[in-house]
Amino acid sequence: MIDLLFFGIFAAVAVLCAINVVVQRHPISSALSLVGVMASLAVLYLLLGGEFIAMAQIIVYAGAVMVLFIFVIMLLNAGLEVRRGRSWMATLFGAPALLGLLGVLACLLVRWFPDSPIIKFGDFPGGTTKEIGMALFTDYLLPFEVTSVLILIAILGAVVLARKELD
Amino acid sequence: MPPIPNGVPMSFYLGLSAILFVIGVAGFIFRRNIITVFMCIELMLNAVNLSFVTFANHHKQVAGHIFTFFVMVVAAAEAAVGLAIILTVFKNRTTLNIDEVDSLKN
Amino acid sequence: MEFLIATSIKLGLIAFVLLTALAYIQWVERKVIAHVQVRMGPSRVGPHGLLQPLADVIKLITKEGVLPPHVNKVFYLAAPILAVFMALITISVIPFGTSVTALGHTTMMELADINVGVLVVLAVSSMGVYGIALAGWSSNNKYSLLGGLRSSAQMISYELPMSLAIAAPLLTAGSLSFRTITNAQAGYSLGVIPHWAIFAFPAPQIFSFIIFMIAAFAETNRIPFDLPEAENELVAGFHVEYSSMSFAAFFMAEYANMVTVCCVATLIFLGGWHPLWPAAYGSNFVAPLIFAGSGVICISHGINYVRPFDRITLPVFGVVFLGLAGIFLFPPLVPVLMPLFWFLAKVSFLLFVFIWIRATLPRFRYDQLMSFAWKFLFPVALVNLLLTGFLVALVS
Repeated sequence: MIDLLFFGIFAAVAVLCAINVVVQRHPISSALSLVGVMASLAVLYLLLGGEFIAMAQIIVYAGAVMVLFIFVIMLLNAGLEVRRGRSWMATLFGAPALLGLLGVLACLLVRWFPDSPIIKFGDFPGGTTKEIGMALFTDYLLPFEVTSVLILIAILGAVVLARKELD
Repeated sequence: MPPIPNGVPMSFYLGLSAILFVIGVAGFIFRRNIITVFMCIELMLNAVNLSFVTFANHHKQVAGHIFTFFVMVVAAAEAAVGLAIILTVFKNRTTLNIDEVDSLKN
Repeated sequence: MEFLIATSIKLGLIAFVLLTALAYIQWVERKVIAHVQVRMGPSRVGPHGLLQPLADVIKLITKEGVLPPHVNKVFYLAAPILAVFMALITISVIPFGTSVTALGHTTMMELADINVGVLVVLAVSSMGVYGIALAGWSSNNKYSLLGGLRSSAQMISYELPMSLAIAAPLLTAGSLSFRTITNAQAGYSLGVIPHWAIFAFPAPQIFSFIIFMIAAFAETNRIPFDLPEAENELVAGFHVEYSSMSFAAFFMAEYANMVTVCCVATLIFLGGWHPLWPAAYGSNFVAPLIFAGSGVICISHGINYVRPFDRITLPVFGVVFLGLAGIFLFPPLVPVLMPLFWFLAKVSFLLFVFIWIRATLPRFRYDQLMSFAWKFLFPVALVNLLLTGFLVALVS
């Protein structure tokens, strides 16, 4: 019961903030709404038993990635979005395509999970930091190392891109 | 009126994930500010992450969490490179409107 | 139900003590800096300026809250609330001592023992940057924008060495819950040397502690890293447009962050509420001795008074201190009060270090600040983590 209450509150917050991301005309408003989506998703991860992932979500997404976004928006002093309707293709075909996508997703959902199982808080104890650490450094060691190389490449790319304009 | 379940049905989580994903796609299509478009991509990634964590709970396996973790890490790297590209674009063209960044076309 | 009542009582108590402490840390800071600079400090309102915080709060509440016409109103008003909320909420996962048993119920001395407590503190403190960045941006003022930009870059940069410095002692503790980490530091080797993380056997975490404290100074925007609010280059940085309570909110957030950081350092590195030496050698008598000594000094100064009002105030303080000493000697209260005393003593010492450094060091230049974080602190923290991991693996 209380699970459902928490899910309802934070799902509503997530959806409203997500709509706000799209509707707001100023990038800072969009960015802060996105932070709201991420924070409410972190609460839902906690409900699903993913305590480490919930905290990583806040630390990595809300605390680092979005701060970077806000930093760039502030740095470029990005103002209100100018709407000139040059890409009429997107507007014309976008809305039907979206409705189609939502329809397909809903259809798949109903077909695959006709009587969906009930998820209760606390019935999945496998999301602890220990379990994730064990899995990450035994079964998934190669992806982990590959990801670290990817990050290294990304850092180099970002540095190169940022340096070029200084010359 | 069906009885109130003692917990949250899994389809609610998946439905929320689908709705968030579609909102992300909508922003990606309709928005013209390059930073907002980038944020909508992050929104889509988040929506998919919710599905991963839900399935991890359903299958009682930690693999979904691991995958979410990788998505986060890659998203962080992507944000660093993407924002560096946005900075460069802005320095060269002084615009953030994706419609005006079309020199490959002309 | 019992849980709800106990939590509400603890919530009220912690909120009252914390908010009062925040006001009085300001008073302590002014007094300490004044004495470092051979001045008196606040001394007019109340005996020894002890009512100065109250006067400050009344002044700030009754001042007009100016809403400049050129600001972005929503974010301008939300930023201080966000800053103070993120700063105060972390105290909920900090344990202050062992358990309390009252009226047959036993409760832990903290609001929530979360098994990812350390990550919660890191997560919430990383959200704290939004308050400052938004305040800087929404004020629509070039100085505050520069302050906000500086603070977001600085806080992202110093979060990395801070997290790495915290990660090293966690390797020996093997948990992310503050209570478990602190309990792992109980006991003494050779009878006297405490098992605190900074003295721990396979890998003493003294370097992690130093790195953590340096990064903590940057995370809380304190001198020598107070670039976001540098008075002489940015006027006052991100809060230049703020007045009244919203101005006070930023100060509250700064002091609350200081308290949180000191609590975390105490719990992770300095053994939390475990005393400096075993109770067998009389560590339980430190608190009564300190309070009794203070009481005797106060009374003797009150008898040989210098200023007329000392004749009344100092004996009153003396009696209060002697009473506190008596409470600390009361046997049923010893197992509750002793951990609390040691915890608060360590936290106060670290807070004093914060104030001491503010009175001692000048401010860094911005490029020095950044290159210090990335070229020195981060590699050192990384090597330290590597060595710790190696040593822990070698021993186990």
